[in-house]
Amino acid sequence: MQRRDFLKSAAVLGASTLPFIRSLPASAATDGVVVVAMGQTINSLDIHRTGTNRPSYQVAVNVYDRLVSFGTKSTPDGGLSYDYATIEPEVAESWTVSDDGTHMIFNLRKNGVFHDGSPITAQDVKWSFDRAVSVGGFPTVQMKAGSLEKPEQFEVVDDYTFKINLLRASKLTLPDLAVPVPMIINSKVAMEHATADDPWATEYLHKTPAGSGAFKVARWEPGQQLVYERNDNWTSGPVPAVKRVIVREVPSQATRRALLERGDIQMSFNMPNKDAKELSDKEGIDIFSTPVENAIYCLCPNLSFEPFKNKLVRQAVAYSVPYEDVFQTAAYGRGVKMWGGASATPSDIAWPQPFPYSTDLDKAKELLDQTEFKGGFEVPLSISLSQTDWMEPTALLIQENLAKIGIKATIDKIPGANWRTASLVEKRLPLALETFGGWLNYPCYYFFWAYLEGHLFNSSNYRNEEIEKLTPFALHKEVDDPEYAPAIKRMIEIAWDEVPRIALFQPALNVGTNSMTGYEYWFHRQLDARGFKA
Amino acid sequence: MNPRTKLILFRVLQAIPALAGVILVSFILTRMLPGDPAAYFAGPAATPESIAEIRAAMGLDRSLPVQFLHYVLDLFSGDLGNSLSTGQPVLEELARRLPASLELTFTALLLSCGIALPLGIAAAVNQGSWIDHVCRAVVTAGVSLPTFFTGIVLVYVFYYLLGWAPSPLGRLDFVYLSPPDVTGFYVIDALLDGDMETAWGAARQLILPATTLALFTLAPLARMARASMLQALSSDYIRTARAAGLREGQVIFGYAFQNAMLPVVTTLGMVFSFMLGANVLVEKVFAWPGIGSYAVEALVVSDYAAVQGFVLAMAILFVLLNLVIDILYTVVDPRTREG
Repeated sequence: MQRRDFLKSAAVLGASTLPFIRSLPASAATDGVVVVAMGQTINSLDIHRTGTNRPSYQVAVNVYDRLVSFGTKSTPDGGLSYDYATIEPEVAESWTVSDDGTHMIFNLRKNGVFHDGSPITAQDVKWSFDRAVSVGGFPTVQMKAGSLEKPEQFEVVDDYTFKINLLRASKLTLPDLAVPVPMIINSKVAMEHATADDPWATEYLHKTPAGSGAFKVARWEPGQQLVYERNDNWTSGPVPAVKRVIVREVPSQATRRALLERGDIQMSFNMPNKDAKELSDKEGIDIFSTPVENAIYCLCPNLSFEPFKNKLVRQAVAYSVPYEDVFQTAAYGRGVKMWGGASATPSDIAWPQPFPYSTDLDKAKELLDQTEFKGGFEVPLSISLSQTDWMEPTALLIQENLAKIGIKATIDKIPGANWRTASLVEKRLPLALETFGGWLNYPCYYFFWAYLEGHLFNSSNYRNEEIEKLTPFALHKEVDDPEYAPAIKRMIEIAWDEVPRIALFQPALNVGTNSMTGYEYWFHRQLDARGFKA
Repeated sequence: MNPRTKLILFRVLQAIPALAGVILVSFILTRMLPGDPAAYFAGPAATPESIAEIRAAMGLDRSLPVQFLHYVLDLFSGDLGNSLSTGQPVLEELARRLPASLELTFTALLLSCGIALPLGIAAAVNQGSWIDHVCRAVVTAGVSLPTFFTGIVLVYVFYYLLGWAPSPLGRLDFVYLSPPDVTGFYVIDALLDGDMETAWGAARQLILPATTLALFTLAPLARMARASMLQALSSDYIRTARAAGLREGQVIFGYAFQNAMLPVVTTLGMVFSFMLGANVLVEKVFAWPGIGSYAVEALVVSDYAAVQGFVLAMAILFVLLNLVIDILYTVVDPRTREG
């Protein structure tokens, strides 16, 4: 008997046989239970807290609302994806941007209520936004990306009208309000638990959410499970179809796979590429492999180190990478190819799009021969020990081909805790693999983080005067601005020619489902249970 | 004073410098771990300022001796600090996870003793017979199969193919609620609560992981039981006993067995201690929320408080364990009773 049939029949058996039902009688009904397995731990229910890890962002999505949200669209493989091109109402029912571009006005729903039944007011929005820009760390950085930097920008006009004073007109502000960070917290509840040392109630909200979202947290056992219970009075969208979603932590990939195949879980979130490939033809199981937007797995030669200061050397490396082998071995063909582009000048502003390089050892040799490094050189190729699943095979394949043009690469394995400091903060690795992906889906946003000198994900220490000028220019411009596309095309052209980042492939997020529907891909790559149907 | 009480007191006193050493060494070792926890916890998009803010919030901007002083003062007030990676107080987390590991380890140990001792003794008594060969085969298989492999094979056969075992989802399937906390051992707690349903559910979850661990620990126990039994059987006093015409049962169980037990108890202590550590892989395969996987994850992200708490908890556990073993000796070995 399958687990869900068991749950269905539980209603007939009655409460005495099922302790779970005994304690949660109101909602433990017969149907509409989805069990999800994932490999990581949820370590906090508050996305604003220091140390909150990525898997915990899903709590912000499912338990809290934002002013606005993104729309939904279908993907080519028959799945669903968020749609960054449309912004939809969530807590705000409408909004306007002033003609002079100095402020935005949001009109909140009059009927909007939090889980405790109290109304969602502009004061709550202001308190929550003040918190996000004040607590420091990740939330503050993410708010800043949308030009939301200080509390003075946020104004309460009346209970249901909220105003944002803009520092500059930017196309990134509105989408940045739809990412998980600017969630709306029940400020009355939070302030009751705030103390002089902890004015933002981080200790309280860490374990007890105070939101208005589609689900409430029924149980949280860190290291084991999180149980979502439907919010039957959700006011910011259609009430979810499923009554309960159980997120179980199962560290072993093999176990997650067995559970999914047996149908004891309905979803395996973030599956390894290998399992996704092997299960894709299996009956009864649906695999969704969605290319992660605005993300590329790269090989980064560091321009602070001698051989890579020379553009021809970087191009030689780009021509020597065995792209197809890397894609098949490291990614099991899940994702999108990022090599073999037809022309050295981009025809559109799509990003990412294939770089104009492919495996051509003769050409690589020829390029290298034009430089002073003719006879080759030695270089360490660094990978992270916590990402060996794809980095190790990739590095080995690249090492093999580099040897063919005389470059002797030695593989340098760096512990996971050290990786970020070495590759991104100190930028001291001569040749390394890198995985940046931007939440806001614009090429200029990618360039801002990955190609500007000194910026975090520019692990290549790259600097180009034209890109330094064009990126800030394009960053806040609207996409339909006549100057936008030419600027982006020029930036891409330079990035291709100078190759401080050698694109390998665009990775995919793999999710497997068994007897359920309604999975939707989001840029934040975390579980959004609001659309689940079972 | 009763020699046994004296022994216990002496042992407890002996533990104090050991624990002080563990506190100091674990503090220094965690600080020597590679990586910068502040940078790690600041997240991928952090700026240097936000990393500095986090470093200050974690107290890592202070000098090492000051940090150590704070740590020791907190320890004496019973505060092991907060784990950043799980977001929970370390003490709470250890209190929840240690029973999970102990429940699994004890079950496995019982299972493994139940098989290894009779097998080892039978093999020694009937040296060279088929049972001796069975013993050798089991022992060889036990040591040569790594636990994660045995675990995955057991899941594959008994859960995936046959469907006999419950889904490997940790201590309890999600249809059950954990029983009210008394001992922290789910099966016992559920029984105390009179909830047979949950007790059975928890016991079922234990079977596969405990078997996996038991297979792994069978080898040293069976080998030691066999070897020490062989040695005892070839001793003078056994020859004398046989010459005196005692019954074979009396000779084996009354004389040889009791003498052979001493090294087995020592091995048992060692096996128990490395089992707690070796649990990690089994915990991963069966999603068991134990202390091993907690420590490993904390180590990977340089989560100081959690690592220190784990090391300290283990040190205390070992001190207790050694005490228990010492006391067991006095029961098994008449010579130690004289003190």
